[in-house]
This record gives sequence, C-alpha cells and structure tokens, in this order.
Amino acid sequence: MLEFNKGKDGEVIRIRDLYKSFGDLKVLDGVSLDVYDRENFVVLGRSGTGKSVLIKLISGLLTPDSGSVKVFGHEVSALNKYELMELRLQIGFSFQNSALYDSMSVRENLEFPLEHNARHLTRKQMKQSVEAVLDAVGLLQTINQMPSELSGGQRKRIGIARTLIIRPKIMLYDEPTSGLDPITSMEINNLINEVRERFNTTSIIITHDLTCAKTTGDKVAMLSNGKFIKQGTFEEVFKDNDERIKQFYEYKFID
Amino acid sequence: MSAKSPRKFLISKKVDAFFSDITSASIFTLRFFKEVFRPPYEFREVIKQCYQVGYRSLFLIALTGFITGIVFTKQSRPSLSEFGAQSWLPSLVAIAIIRALAPLVTALICSGKVGSNMGAELGSMKVTEQIDAMEVSSINPYKFLVVTRVLATTIMIPVLMCFTGFVAMMGAYLNVHANEQTSMTTFFIAAFDKISFLDVFSSLVKSIVYGFTIGMVGCYKGFNARNGTEGVGRAANSAVVLSMFLIFMEEILLVQVTNYLR
Ligand SMILES: Nc1ncnc2c1ncn2[C@@H]1O[C@H](COP(=O)(O)OP(=O)(O)OP(=O)(O)O)[C@@H](O)[C@H]1O
Ligand SMILES: [Mg+2]
Repeated sequence: MLEFNKGKDGEVIRIRDLYKSFGDLKVLDGVSLDVYDRENFVVLGRSGTGKSVLIKLISGLLTPDSGSVKVFGHEVSALNKYELMELRLQIGFSFQNSALYDSMSVRENLEFPLEHNARHLTRKQMKQSVEAVLDAVGLLQTINQMPSELSGGQRKRIGIARTLIIRPKIMLYDEPTSGLDPITSMEINNLINEVRERFNTTSIIITHDLTCAKTTGDKVAMLSNGKFIKQGTFEEVFKDNDERIKQFYEYKFID
Repeated sequence: MSAKSPRKFLISKKVDAFFSDITSASIFTLRFFKEVFRPPYEFREVIKQCYQVGYRSLFLIALTGFITGIVFTKQSRPSLSEFGAQSWLPSLVAIAIIRALAPLVTALICSGKVGSNMGAELGSMKVTEQIDAMEVSSINPYKFLVVTRVLATTIMIPVLMCFTGFVAMMGAYLNVHANEQTSMTTFFIAAFDKISFLDVFSSLVKSIVYGFTIGMVGCYKGFNARNGTEGVGRAANSAVVLSMFLIFMEEILLVQVTNYLR
C-alpha cells in the first residue's frame, strides 16, 4: 500500500527537469514545478505548448523522456501497475473535452468509477454519492440525460463531478473554461474554488483564460517553448516585462 | 530519442512499420489470455455485448442464410439431375451448408456488421479520450472494453452459426419441397445421413476462431485509432478488411486440418 502524504515542505507534486518529445517535436524542455498542499496552481500558455502533455505525465498517461515527476513523494514512472492504479485514485483528471462516456447516461457515467473502485458500496450508498456530487456541481436535474444531450458547460461540470466522486486529493483541470461564455466560465471558476474548500484538493488548472487564472490561481506559471518563463502570483507574473507575457495579456483585452 | 539523430530503419520505413504493427497486434492479442482469467470479471458487460452482437446481426444473418439455402439448392439441382442423382440433393446441400457455408456466411456478415461497429465505437472512444479517462480513474480499459467484446463474439458467432445453418437448411428444404414434393422428415433424414460428428465439431471450432478474430481485430483497430474522426472511419473500415482476410486464411488452414483428421 502506498502512502499519500505531503512532503516536508508541504509539497504534493514536485517536478524536476522534465523533458518530453514526440519524435522530432520537443514539447517539454526542462520543466520544474512544486505544487503545495491545497494550492491552486495555474499553468498558462499558448495552444500546443504542451500543457496537456504536462498533466498527462503527472497522471502517468505518458512517460517522460527524462526528469522526475513525484506525486506524494512517489516517482510516477517507477510505480508498478497496481501502485499506479492506487495513485490514480488520488488524482482527478478533468479532460479538455470532458471525455464523458457517450454510451452511458449521466448517472452511469458517475456510477462507473464507483462500481469499479468502491465495490463494497451498496446500491443505495452509490445512489447517494452520485446525487451528492451532482448536487455539488449543480446539475442534479440532468441525472438521466445522455452526454450528447448536454451543453458544453454542462459536460464540463459533469466531467468534474465524475472525477470528484472518487474523492481525489489532487485535481487536474485541463482547460475547464475553454469554449464557454463568460458567465458559465465564472460559474466553473467558482466551482473550482468551491471544490477546494469542500474536498481540500490540491489542483493544477490549465488554461489560457486570464479571468480563470486570476480567480482560481494562488500561483500562476507561464509555459512557453517547453519551459516555464515565469512563476509567481498572478500580479507578479503579469507585472513582468517579458514580451511573451505582455502579448498574452494585451491581445486578450484588445478593443 | 534525441531530435537530431536521423531515424534509422532496419529495412525500409514501410516494411519496418509492417513488422512493428504485427508485433503490437500479437502483444495486444496475447494480453487477452492474460487478462481474461484475472478477476474482477465483467459478467454484466459480457452479457450486454453478447446481446449487442446477436441483436445487431440476427436479421441480416437470417435473411442471408435463408437465401443461401434456396439459391445453393436451386443451382445444384441441374448438375445432379444430369446424372440422375437428384435424390442426393438433400445430403449434398447439407454437407455444403454445415461444413462450409454456415460458418463462412456468419463470419463474413458479422465482420461487416459487428467488427466494423467495434472498430468505430472503440475508435471514437479512443480519439475523444474516453479510454484515457477510464485509465486515469483506475479502470483497466482493456479488461472492460476488449476482453468483454472478444468474449462476446467468441461465444455468439458459434451460436449465430447454428442459427444460420438452421435457416439455410429450411431454405433448402422449401426449395426441395417445392420441386420434388419431399416431406420434411424424408428431407432431413436424407440430409443428415452424410453428416458426421466431425463436420459439426469442426464448424463449431471454426466459428469460435472466426468469432475471436472478429472481436480481436475490431478492438485492436479501434484501440489504435488516431487522428480524430477520420481515424475512426479508417479503424472501422480496416477492421472489416483485415478480419475478412484473416477469416479466409483461417478457413484454408482449418479445412486442411479437418481433412487430415477425416
Ligand atoms: N500522443 C502524442 N503523440 C504525438 N504528439 C503529441 C501527442 N500528444 C501531444 N502531442 C504534441 O505535443 C504538442 C503539445 O500538445 P498539448 O496537447 O500538450 O498542447 P496544449 O498546450 O494542451 O494545447 P491546447 O491549448 O491546444 O490544448 C502538440 O504539438 C501535439 O501535437
Ligand atoms: Mg491541451
């Protein structure tokens, strides 16, 4: 059995000198970061800079070429199959496109991880946790709908609910607000903060939405050409004079 | 894998890709035998998939089997009557249907209907990251998706084969009855006179092999789909082509084995 405790500095995820290429395409080129307990860590960056690759490395969906990814002090690529499964129960991964199971209703989507990972639960307990978590994301009324009948924002929230149901200690959000209107985006931002309050999660939030970064992030890091060019609070990062950061900011609020 | 070193190929890019494809397909197939006996078992999903396989192909198989029976009987009659051997018609038809037609027709129809569907279904789950989503929630997608589907086709194709054989024999009977006024009892006694246990047994074995092939190829192609929606179509298409090709290869092989045992 693995243990899941924060490190002595309070770090939950620690990445050092991470490299990852696909064939000739260098995606991550020496990334290091620390995420501490109950922190919301925002990763900003342009499309195609390897933000999704970064969190896939954290959850063990991809393996690094070199460098170290430690979650709760465990080197992810060194875990065996069963240890990795154990670790993954502590990590909630909310996919960029929600990745809801098309052939299952909302209820079945949420029951699915429970049926496979919490076999001791009775039908009634399962029903209760499904309803509780749907209520937490404010979508109890969609319980019998199919994913294809939901809007993009609803799908995102159901995706988040599906990861919350196994009570993870870490949440990885891949572009939780992309493609949503400002009001729905704000609802999702609030949900992310609420999740931290209610479930005491440590989160990495990937986004290129500055409002999302500002409202949810305790710490913000800007990824560019495979490296973090700046880390700090939102204000610290955007006070910087680096062209790449200024561009990000100026194009956003152009009128 | 550094960015600068040029890619080296053992023979050529195409040949290398072909062999690495065969290797990964073999690993994918062997994994089935490793995972199928390991609990937890997904009984409910296997039943659901069995139902899907049967339900999806039943109508088409009934129609094709029936027509095959009628047409084959009709086409065989002239050659037999040339030798005045019309009375052999029932046993000739039975041999053809039970030894060859029923397993082949069933397998080909199902690879078109079921194999392509599995390729498309798993392919779209792959490209929309649903398979990754299972993986990150500690669910073994191979076990849940592949093992259950391959079991379902391996169980259901033999069952469907029996059904095809039955329907085709009924078609043959109707044709014989209409032309020679043979009674049902006479027809079936004559028909099964020349059928041995080995015939039935080898057809069952063949169907099991075909069923396994259809499920495995469909799942393999789906699991390895790439490049968005375009890849889904390609997965479905190549699942059908490859499984039909393999079915014919297996047919040739198994016929040799049966003849050797006869
Ligand atoms: N499995 C893979 N195989 C090959 N290349 C990949 C793979 N995954 C990602 N890439 C490549 O890595 C690069 C970074 O991809 P990634 O999905 O991490 O971008 P991103 O920062 O998440 O972009 P976006 O904001 O558009 O989601 C892309 O050029 C992509 O083509
Ligand atoms: Mg991405």
